[in-house]
Parts: sequence; C-alpha cells; structure tokens
Amino acid sequence: MAVSVDEAVATGPARDRTPSARRLGGRGRSVLEVVLLTVLAVVMLFPVLWMIETSIKENRDVYAIPAKFFNFTVTMDHFKDVFVAPGGGRSALSAAFLNSVLVAGVSTALATVLGVPAAWAYSRFSVKAKKDQLFFILSTRFMPPVVVVIPIFLMYRQVGLIDSKLGLILIYAAFNVPFTIWMMKGFVDEVPSEYEDAAMLDGYTRLQAFWRFTLPLLLPGIAATAVFALIFSWNEFVFAIFLTSSDGVRTAPPAIAGLIGGTTVDWGLVAAASLVFALPVLIFAYLVRKHLVAGVTLGAVRR
Amino acid sequence: MSDPVSLTTDHPGQAASATPPAPGRSRHLSDRWLAVAFISPALLLLLAMSVFPLLWALYLSFTDYSATRGGPAHFVWFGNYTAILASEQVHLRALTTLIYVVGAVTLQTVLGFTIAYLISRRTRGRGLLTTLFLIPMMLSPVVVGLFWRFMLDAQFGVINSMLGSLGLGQVEWLTRQQTALFSLIVVDTWQWTPFIMLIALAGLTAVPKYLYEAASIDRASEWFRFRTITLPLVWPLLLIAVLFRAIEAFRLFDLVYILTSGGPGVSTETLSFHVYKVAFLGFNTGTASAYGILMVLIVIILTQLYLRYLNKLKED
Repeated sequence: MAVSVDEAVATGPARDRTPSARRLGGRGRSVLEVVLLTVLAVVMLFPVLWMIETSIKENRDVYAIPAKFFNFTVTMDHFKDVFVAPGGGRSALSAAFLNSVLVAGVSTALATVLGVPAAWAYSRFSVKAKKDQLFFILSTRFMPPVVVVIPIFLMYRQVGLIDSKLGLILIYAAFNVPFTIWMMKGFVDEVPSEYEDAAMLDGYTRLQAFWRFTLPLLLPGIAATAVFALIFSWNEFVFAIFLTSSDGVRTAPPAIAGLIGGTTVDWGLVAAASLVFALPVLIFAYLVRKHLVAGVTLGAVRR
Repeated sequence: MSDPVSLTTDHPGQAASATPPAPGRSRHLSDRWLAVAFISPALLLLLAMSVFPLLWALYLSFTDYSATRGGPAHFVWFGNYTAILASEQVHLRALTTLIYVVGAVTLQTVLGFTIAYLISRRTRGRGLLTTLFLIPMMLSPVVVGLFWRFMLDAQFGVINSMLGSLGLGQVEWLTRQQTALFSLIVVDTWQWTPFIMLIALAGLTAVPKYLYEAASIDRASEWFRFRTITLPLVWPLLLIAVLFRAIEAFRLFDLVYILTSGGPGVSTETLSFHVYKVAFLGFNTGTASAYGILMVLIVIILTQLYLRYLNKLKED
C-alpha cells in the first residue's frame, strides 16, 4: 500500500522510493542525459548561430583563419546590401523578396480557396471511391519535382507561361492543394456535422449552413493550413530555378542561390540574405507550432 | 418565442416518421451537386498541373523527342527504357541514391529518436527545447545548402578551423570523392533530424503514464520498460516518419544542386540530379522522361507503402 501512495504522490519518473544507491545512480543518469541533450542542442544550433555571426561580421573577419568566434567587428553592412543596391536604389535581392511575397501569397490564397471547400465536401458527403480519391490527391504531392518540371517546362513553353509569375503561382497552388485538402479534412472532421444539420432544420440550405456556421469554426484551422502552404511556397526552389530566369520574375531562393555564382562569394551577404529570408518562416512556424506534426506530414498524421 | 423552438425540435421526429421520399431525394441530389461543385475545381487543377504533365511525359518517354532540336518526335517504344535500365551510369546513380537515402534516414532516425526520448524525460523546458531543435527543419534547402557549403569550405570553413585548433588535419569535405557523399548525408541529417524528433516526440508523449507506473510497481527494469512499452507504442508512428523521409530523400534535388552540383566527378549525383542533367544539360527529353517515369513508379510504390501504414495507424 505504501508503494502505491508513493506512486500517487510522485510526479517525475517514480524512482523516489528506491534505496539511496540507486537514487544516486538515477541522478547520475539524469545529469548524463542533460549533458547529452545540451551537446546535441549545441551541435544542432551551431550552424544557425554561425550564420547570424557571419551576417554581422566585417568581410575580413568572415574569411579569417582560424575562424573568429568572439573578437570581431560588428557591422550591419551586409543587411544594408540585401535591400539597397551598391549605387543606391533597390537591390535585385529585395525585388526577389517582393516577388516571393507575391507568388507565395497568391498561390496560397488560390490553394486555400480551392482546397477548403473540397476538404469540406470530402468530409461531409459520401463521394464515390472517396478513399482512392484522397490517396490519389496525396500521391500527386509526392511526385519528384525534377520529373514534373520536364513536362511542365514544355507545357509552359507552349502556352507562354515560362518566366512568368502566373506560371509559378499555378504550379505552387497545384502542389499546395493536396496538402490543404488533407490538412483541412482533419479540421472539418473535428466540427460535428450536427451543427449543419441543425442549421438546415432551421431553414438554411446546406451551402448557407457551411458558410454561416461551419466556416467560422474552421478559421483557425484555415489560418494554420495557409501558413504551412505559405512556408512551402516561400521555400520552394526547384520549380523556381527551372521555370523562371529574369530578375523581374525570380523569387528569393534562386536569387540567393545566384549569389554564389561568381568567382568570389560574399558570404556575409549570403548569410544576411539567408537570415532575412528565413526569419518570416521561423516566426510563422512558431505561430502554428501546435499543428506542426500535421503540417510537416502533409496533414496525414494528427497528434 | 417558444413556438418556433418547439416547431424545430418537433421537425425531425415528424420527418422521420413520415419519411417523405421526395424532399429527401432532392436534398440528396443537391448535396451531390454541391460535392461535385466543391471538389471538381481542386481536382481540375491537379489534373492540369500534375496528371496531364505526367501523361505527356509518359508519351515523350516512348519517343526520341528533344526539346532543343525540335522537329517531330519518332516513336522508339521501349528503347529509352531499356537503355536506362541497362545503363552502367544509371546503376551507379541508383547505388549513390541508395547509400544516401539509407545513410541519411538511418542517422536521422537514430538521432531524432534519441533527442525525442531525452526531451520526453525532462519535465521542464520541453517547449523551448523542442522549438529550438525544430529550427533547421523550417529552413529552405537553399539556405541550408549554402550555409553548409560555407562552413564546410576547405580553406576558411569553420569546421576545418575547429578541427585545426583541435590539432586534427584538414578535410576536403565537398571536393573529395570519398567525403562528398558523406557530407551530403550529414547536412541532410542536420536538417531533417528534427522531423523524426517531432513525430517521435508526439508518439512518446502519447504513451499513457499508467503503463509506466504499472511497470515500475512490478519493478521492471528501465530497459525492459523501454523495450516492452515505449518502443511498441511509438514504432508505428516512427515507421510513418521514416517512410516519409525516405520518399523525400529519394526525390531530393535542391540540396545536391546547391551543395555539390553532383561532384566531384559524379560521386554525389543522385537519380534526381541525373534526370536533371539528362533533361536540361543533355537535352534528351525523351530519355529523361522515361527516366522520370521510372522514378515516379518507385515513388508510387513507396507512397502506397506509406499510405498503407498510415491507414493501419488510423484504424487502430
């Protein structure tokens, strides 16, 4: 009985009742675990810290051998270079950032507008071969981009969508629709369909019931889903590099990758541009952290 | 005020007892119409942007079409396929891809699960730790690739600098045949260990506490608890994560493109990268299409496997 009482009181791993020798061993293990976790955290975070450091270093410190970890001159020049061209005016990178905002934003909006109603319909109605349709939808998302880009390239060349923002928007929307449907179907499933039934008994049509009662409840889910779609489009590189070429159309990932094309590479600028590029993603990801598991598995795994 | 309320609560009973077939059917019909109207736009976009291109690629894969040469395409039927399947070059890339996928996914799984297990045993600071660990996963492959290329640089890279101050020799991480593929695996592992960690953590926190309590009443050893409680309960979820990563690693292109461009020689050319070279540098569109279709077949098989496990998980 005494044991069970101890069990009920103990909150941590229940090792409190063990003799002191084992407790000591337990504490040693616990210390070891903390040390191991710290080491792993340092290793995983070091590249990020190094990127931040490089972005605020002067060029001669960036290339210093051996590498300077602490004693370097802090400068914000690299961040200025990201936005301002050497001769004044807007830099090519900042134009690429604006393109990215436009392409990612519009493609996400398109995927949401197409995907959310489809998710609702798949959740509520008995559709023929529903499971097969849903699996088919998800499997289009798994196609290797390099393979898809070959026919897309030929197709776009025929219809004049090569090197256009519309072309990128369409392909990103097509890659985000499967994700939106799977992710949103989970959210719709969580809203009881009885709400709609009740509304319909009050005289609303099914469409009105969806629009007035279910949709408002889905808004947080829609926001989370859209954020993930936004991150996918924002980070995407393969389609961007093969389907666009001119500065007026190019999004940020190929533009940043283009920084290392020349004979000398300004790594400080690369680091600053990468940080500016990554920061919104990290903020957005933090906002949707509750839905990360579902988000990164394309809506397939929920909690 | 009370009248309409009683009317609405009455209604379902009446409808059920009378069961008028006509309104029921019409509602069903309108439901069906609504389902079609809501689903078909999304499906049409997928058909236009995914299915149609793949069918076109399938058609091209039976021809000797070249995107630059132009001119009419001649049917060569399975010529492209037999050429690819018999090609020594392709076999080499398949081996590289296999080493890369197996190496990276194994490392990620071991590391990711270890981190998740360690985090799950902490009582405080879990949220913060998880958030910090997840950062690499959210970065674009372009950022990751560029940054590691800088850190792994043989002359002024920070990794070699640290090795130097430890008194160890310099390593040409990205420019030597033996180390380049290894470096690629390390970078991919750095980025995607958090993915496995995240999912393993979801599994670990879902293990009911009372199971551990019951086991500790029975004075079961730590290892026994891990083997008989933790692992069996987390394994199905972990398997999904592993399969997902395997598919992603198989189709990976951007990291190779940024980090090594397939070099030195062809030592880091994966199948994805080879397809790109055949299509956009060699301009053998027909051959590249056949190559791509074969890759799609492999992806479909892997996806089927993934979905089957997913289904199993959902049914439990």
